[in-house]
Amino acid sequence: MLEVTDLACLKGDRLLFRGLALRLAPGAMLRVAGPNGVGKTSLLRLLTGLTEPEAGTVSWCGVPLRRERENFHRALFYLGHAAALNDMLSALENLRFACAAAGDEEVDEAACVRALERIGLGAQLDLPARVLSQGQRRRVGLARLFLASARPLWVLDEPFTALDVHAVADLAGTLGAHCAAGGMVVLTTHQEAPFAQPPDVLDVGRYAC
Amino acid sequence: MTTPSRAVTRNPEGILRFAAPQQFYPLAGTLAPWFAQAAAVLTAIGLYIGFFVAPTDFQQGEVYRVIFIHVPAAWMSMLIYLVMAFWAAVGLVLNTRLSFIMCQALAPTGAMFCFLALWTGALWGKPTWGTYWVWDARLTSQLLLLFLYFGFIALTRAIEDPRRADRAGAIIALVGAVNVPIIYFSVQWWNTLHQGASVSLTKAPSMATTMLAGMLVMALAAWMYAIAVALWRVRALILERERHTEWVGEVLEAEGRAR
Amino acid sequence: MLSAFLAVLRRDLLLAWRGRADLLVTLAFFVVVVCLFPFGVGAETNQLRAIAPGVLWVAALLASLLALHRLFAQDHADGTLEQLLLSSEPAVLWVLAKICAFWLTTGLPLVLAAPALALLFDIEEGALPVLTLSLALGTPILALLGAVGAALTLGVRGGGMLLALLVLPLYVPVLIFGAGAVEAWLGGSGAAAHLLLLGGGLAGALALAPWACAAALRIAME
Repeated sequence: MLEVTDLACLKGDRLLFRGLALRLAPGAMLRVAGPNGVGKTSLLRLLTGLTEPEAGTVSWCGVPLRRERENFHRALFYLGHAAALNDMLSALENLRFACAAAGDEEVDEAACVRALERIGLGAQLDLPARVLSQGQRRRVGLARLFLASARPLWVLDEPFTALDVHAVADLAGTLGAHCAAGGMVVLTTHQEAPFAQPPDVLDVGRYAC
Repeated sequence: MTTPSRAVTRNPEGILRFAAPQQFYPLAGTLAPWFAQAAAVLTAIGLYIGFFVAPTDFQQGEVYRVIFIHVPAAWMSMLIYLVMAFWAAVGLVLNTRLSFIMCQALAPTGAMFCFLALWTGALWGKPTWGTYWVWDARLTSQLLLLFLYFGFIALTRAIEDPRRADRAGAIIALVGAVNVPIIYFSVQWWNTLHQGASVSLTKAPSMATTMLAGMLVMALAAWMYAIAVALWRVRALILERERHTEWVGEVLEAEGRAR
Repeated sequence: MLSAFLAVLRRDLLLAWRGRADLLVTLAFFVVVVCLFPFGVGAETNQLRAIAPGVLWVAALLASLLALHRLFAQDHADGTLEQLLLSSEPAVLWVLAKICAFWLTTGLPLVLAAPALALLFDIEEGALPVLTLSLALGTPILALLGAVGAALTLGVRGGGMLLALLVLPLYVPVLIFGAGAVEAWLGGSGAAAHLLLLGGGLAGALALAPWACAAALRIAME
């Protein structure tokens, strides 16, 4: 369970938002909304522990993040703006590295191939990432979702960007299934996605300074 | 959108209260002039002792009198780096903004003393050794210390985000502090191999009491100066960092009215 | 526990292999700088012999400095660093893996090329093993210290020059003991003390630098 109390976020010397609180129970999906520049990405990065809040705490299962960083990271999957792909490696090599670096030792090559095929990159397994299109690059990052089912908390920054209609529907289905299985999802998106059950909405603008 | 302001005004009790920039700002303003006056008085006394009371050195003549500035400056330059490392460690452990501000406020003063020590050393070296510069262990490590100061200042100035600048500066200050003894030791080792004991910086074995007194008074003056200047710089940094907050607006208004 | 370490090491070595032209640039820089000195100071054999250890060491130091900015820049730009910082493995481990891969691909070639270049300066052949050993112990220290500087200046404007300013003063002890080892051997006093000090320095840097580097990376990603 992810719990946030009285969170304030400082960017440069400007305070983006303050007094933000949220609770995420197993099975919940939360959509972080608000206009550009209100601090959606900053909030997601605070939730992952990449940045330290100016005030307030983020805690996982009742323990503040900074004390249990590695345990928390075992439970977290984060997809940022950048796809984290190296241009000189193939899609498969990138995915295998991402899993190994994240600490998923049990993921083997066959599982990576299956994940890439499932997301529609079966023909591009061995192509270097630099020749992939934006949408395909996004998919390589998303392929990790299929390998991260053991990680309960998914924090996704604009996962639908650059995807076509089919892929958007597939992804929405995957996210819904993860929540139905007791997982948690926090995401930002500017486009409407066909979720089976509409996610809760948190408007960061309400806490803006 | 309303004007951004800080969310948090933690109000700890007791002495820790002053760890909040808002509380420290007026305190620094009250203290700084006192330290500055002490520095001025002590400098006057120290220079009087140094130039009029202390006897002429029988080996070096009048030239030696530069030590009244040189030695305190060299001491201060090393001490200030250690103090900076101390504040850096405090800041990283306790996560207090004021510690980082202290660390950065001290750096230019430290660099200034370091440069002063090198400069006066060169002026002393010319008539004494016949050259402005020798690659002596002490001179060389002082020079490297100056580079460490430059590195710290350049790094903290180059990073836009104040939080990142604070922490990055703290790390380099600590890394530098760990390395200072290593640098000093290595340079000394290198020096003994290359130069032998041809040039020795050791002072005359028995220093006249008045010389020692003059030097100590000057050292004290350097302390007072460093504290006063650092406090003023801390005030300026606090104003710059917190310029969006209400209390800074009030302070500036009040000061404007007083003028 | 080792999976992140091995994954990062393997990947960085693979990347270095695929972009091997970059590595040759570092090596070529080393060779060219060393070859410049005779033009500057004159080709008198005794003089060249006297300056050779220092020249080789300074050139090796500059070459490894030149390569440093590459250490984290790519991973920072494409978001890999973010993912690595979210790994459930301790950051110190993969930081160490990156530094290892960096040294294997930039430091080791310098160590191997140095004896051949030393011959251009007519160094006694007996001193070549000492030179190689001093570089083999010293260049990892340069990589470890440099990694801290590279992490601190990540994405900062004017990062390259700033990195040099931060790191070069810290390199001085390594330079002193490294070049000193060869000179001491040539002078007949034996290089054992210098090499032991370099080894001690390497142990110390291995113990401390990865922590500082991991902390610096975390700060840089904020």
